[in-house]
Amino acid sequence: MNIAALPARAAAAPGLARWGRDLTADVFFSVGDAAWILAIHKGVLISATPAPALMPSYDLAIRAGAEDFARFLQDPPPPGWHDIMGLVRLGTFKVEGNVALFMAHIFWFKGVLALLREPRA
Amino acid sequence: MIEAITGRYMRLDLEGRAHRLYFEEAGQGIPLLLLHTAGSDGRQWRGLLNDTEVTSRFRCVTFDMPWHGKSSPPEGWESETYQLTTARYTGMIMAVAQALGLDRPVVMGCSIGGRIVLDLAAEHADELRGVIGLQSAAFLSPYYDTSWLHHPHVHGGEVCGGIVSGLIGPHAPDQSRWETLWHYMQGGPGVFRGDLHFYKGEGDLRPKLARIDTKRCPVHMLTGNYDYSCKPEDTEATAAAIPGAKVRIMKGLGHFPMSEDYAALRPYLLPVLAEFT
Repeated sequence: MNIAALPARAAAAPGLARWGRDLTADVFFSVGDAAWILAIHKGVLISATPAPALMPSYDLAIRAGAEDFARFLQDPPPPGWHDIMGLVRLGTFKVEGNVALFMAHIFWFKGVLALLREPRA
Repeated sequence: MIEAITGRYMRLDLEGRAHRLYFEEAGQGIPLLLLHTAGSDGRQWRGLLNDTEVTSRFRCVTFDMPWHGKSSPPEGWESETYQLTTARYTGMIMAVAQALGLDRPVVMGCSIGGRIVLDLAAEHADELRGVIGLQSAAFLSPYYDTSWLHHPHVHGGEVCGGIVSGLIGPHAPDQSRWETLWHYMQGGPGVFRGDLHFYKGEGDLRPKLARIDTKRCPVHMLTGNYDYSCKPEDTEATAAAIPGAKVRIMKGLGHFPMSEDYAALRPYLLPVLAEFT
């Protein structure tokens, strides 16, 4: 999972910023024990940097279980693991904090996390 | 090119209240009544209504439920919370069938429609030729907080489209995928959530399954394997409780097979329709 490349991929994704046109937030994103802060301004992913170990500050947290998120990242993903709401149903994708930010911009979050999927060579 | 589908309005009383409902139809022959999913409308059936192999043998009718599509809510809606219930849903379907003179129709529904056909089979077997449930299960547990679907801080159209977007199979054509989502984005405030009152709460039909007699009312169930809301195992568990129910799991399809990819549904659906004569 190449999270360092995510801002560039998000910038190149057609229409993605439009789904987040009013989304400005710092989002804590973790997969298993690894965590990052996604800094977003008006739908543009400014940076994706490792979260500080001590006292991370953020508006919203999304926490994915490592095993199911690895299946989500497969290309193609297996049925049921192809969308983050499928992971929500499995109970291994949690949205915490200001949930309204997530629900109001759900197309943006779905779109940007799917960009972590590496296309099959 | 002008399609063969015609759209009209009917006026009828439901639960003692006057309603004006929109319906579309195409074809002639065996009545086939089509039920849309929660929070959407009859446009989901556009592929089937334009399929001459079906319309040459079936009178295909789909109606927008009250509050949905081009069917208005009843007078006084502004002071009430819309909630679909089993009795209300079954009552409206039978009332529409009667108003349109559909003699022992086949009823095919998807999602909430796939759920309610089980109630129809249990309660109205002798008035039907059979039922077809797409993405059908007798009960599903909620897995997210549906209050977000009707919340002043969240755009209802975008969240309703967004919450269901992943239920579409990944191989669906983009045009059909986004048209399916557009229908969701056009839903009235609180309507999708009100339908889910039935789907994820009140409408637990498991106790009724033992009453279904498939010799009187055949039951067919078709479920796409990319649906993580109504999973194949949910359909199979329901079918296991209905002796004689026929199930097929459809590869590559999601929760809205007739709308997201009608061409992919067709090879599964036509053999089922062929059983009705």
